[in-house]
Amino acid sequence: MPTTCVWERGVLRQTIENLGNRTLQGVWRMGFATRFFLAVLLHSGTAFRRFGLTIREMYFTGVLSLIIILVSGLFVGMVLGLQGYETLQTYGSEEALGILVALSLVRELGPVVAALLFASRAGSAITAEIGLMKATEQLSAMEMMAVDPIARVVAPRFWAGVISMPLLAALFSAMGVFGGYLVGVQLIGVDEGSFWSQMQSAVDFEQDILNGVIKSVVFGVAITAIALFEGYDAPPTAEGVSGATTRTVVTSSLAVLALDFVLTAFMFRGLN
Amino acid sequence: MHSDNLVEIEAVAFGYGARPVLKGINLTARRGQVVAIMGSSGCGKTTLLRLIGGQIKPGQGTVRVAGESVGALDQAGLYRLRRKMGMLFQFGALFTDMSVFDNVAFQLREHTDLPEDAIRDLVLMKLNAVGLRGAAHLMPAELSGGMARRVALARAIALDPMLVMYDEPFAGLDPISLGVTGNLIRRLTDTLGLTSLVVTHDVQESLKIVDYVYFVSDGVIVAEGTADEIRASALPYVHQFVHGEADGPVPFHYPAPSYADDLRLGARRA
Repeated sequence: MPTTCVWERGVLRQTIENLGNRTLQGVWRMGFATRFFLAVLLHSGTAFRRFGLTIREMYFTGVLSLIIILVSGLFVGMVLGLQGYETLQTYGSEEALGILVALSLVRELGPVVAALLFASRAGSAITAEIGLMKATEQLSAMEMMAVDPIARVVAPRFWAGVISMPLLAALFSAMGVFGGYLVGVQLIGVDEGSFWSQMQSAVDFEQDILNGVIKSVVFGVAITAIALFEGYDAPPTAEGVSGATTRTVVTSSLAVLALDFVLTAFMFRGLN
Repeated sequence: MHSDNLVEIEAVAFGYGARPVLKGINLTARRGQVVAIMGSSGCGKTTLLRLIGGQIKPGQGTVRVAGESVGALDQAGLYRLRRKMGMLFQFGALFTDMSVFDNVAFQLREHTDLPEDAIRDLVLMKLNAVGLRGAAHLMPAELSGGMARRVALARAIALDPMLVMYDEPFAGLDPISLGVTGNLIRRLTDTLGLTSLVVTHDVQESLKIVDYVYFVSDGVIVAEGTADEIRASALPYVHQFVHGEADGPVPFHYPAPSYADDLRLGARRA
C-alpha cells in the first residue's frame, strides 16, 4: 500500500536521524569531556598553591567515606577467610589462608571494591554538589566575580579524589586482612604463625602492593573526573542533576571494572 | 564613546542556536544612574546582562563597558573587567557551603592580600550597609529570600565595583523586602557612586527608583525614557505592561492553529 510505504519510509528516516543525532551528541560530549579534563589539569595550580582547599575536599570525599570503606573491608575479609578456608582445607593447605586473603585484597578486591564504594559514596556526592551549584547559579556567580570555577571548585575536588582513593583502598585491604585474620585464626583456628609468615613471604611489595596502589590511583582519576564532568555538564534542573548522579555511579563503576581488566592484563601477565 | 557612559550597547544581536533572542539592541547606561531594562519573561533581558558580563558574546554589534569591548577581551581581560562589576543573581546565588560572612569576604580573599582583620572590618561594613551585620554568622539556608538577596547585594559591592547588575531583584519578595531592596539599590548607587543596571518586570517598584527605563520586546527596544515619561507613555505595549493588562500587543494566547480546527469541530459535523 502506498500509505504504508510512505509511513515506513518516514519511520526509517526518523530512526536514522535519531541514530545520527545520538552519535553526534555522543562524539560532541566526548570532546567536551576531554577538553574539561585538560582544563582541570591546566588549572590545577590553585589546588596545590592553596592546598587547604584540597584538604577540605579530602575530608568530604575521603574521611567521610571511611566508615563504609572500613566496615565493607572488614566483612569482605571475613568472607574471604571463611570461603578461602573451606577451599584450602580440601587440599590440606589451610596455612596458605593468609596468602589467599592478602593477595586477593591487595591485587584486586581492595582497589576494585573500594573504588566501587567510592563511586557510590563520594562520586555521586560530587556530581550532585557541582550540579546543584550550577543549577543555583553559584558557578556563574563565581565566574562573574572573576574567579575561575574550574580552578577554585573543580580542581581541588579532583585532586582530593585522586589522593583519597589509594588511601581508602589501602585501608580497605588492611581491614580485609584483619577480617580474614579474625575468622581464619581467631574463629577457625588456623595457625597464627603460618598465617602471617606465609603472607609476608608471598606478598611482593612491587608486584602486588605497588600495582594495587597504581590501580587505585587510576580508579581515583577515572571516578573523580567522571563525577566532576557529569556535575558540570548536568542540565540545571532537579531531573538533570538526578540523571547526572545516576550516570556518575553507572559510568564510573563500569569504567573501574573495565580499567581493572586492562590493568590486570598488563600487570600480572606471566606472574606465578 | 561618551565619557559619561559606562555601558554602551550598539546594534547587538544574539541567538541561542537558530532562535534569535536579541535583534539589534541599542542601549546606554550613564555613570551614577539606575537604569532599568524591562520586558516580559523570556524577552532577552537576562541575556543582555550576560552579554555585558561577558558570559556570552554577541553575534553582531558591540558591548562596551568603561570603554572596553567586552566581546573582544580574552579571559584575563574579562576577569580584570569583572573585578569592577558586581552582579546580583535572581535568587542570590550565595555559596551554600559558606556563612554569610564568608560569602561577602569571598572576593576580598580571592582578589586581595588584605589581612584577615581588614577583611573582617570591610565585610561588616558591607553587611551593615544592607542591614545584616547581625546575620554574619548565619548560613544561607537560614536566611529568608529577602535576606539572601541583601547578602548577595553586600557580596556584589564587596570590591567597590563601578557597575552593579541586578537580575530580577524584586522577584518573589514580600512587600516590605521589596521596598527595602528597591531603596538599597537607589541608596547604594548614590552613596557609592555606582552605576546600576536593573533587569526586572516589576514596574511599580522599579519606576520609584530608576533614572531611565528601556523596554525590550521581541528582541528590540520598543520604548525608552525617564520614569515619568514611561508612566505617561501612550505606546500600546508600554501601556499594557505598566498597567498589567492581560491582553494587548502581547497576546494572552500563545500562537496556535485555529481553536475550531484543534477541536476538530468541522470533522465532527461531517
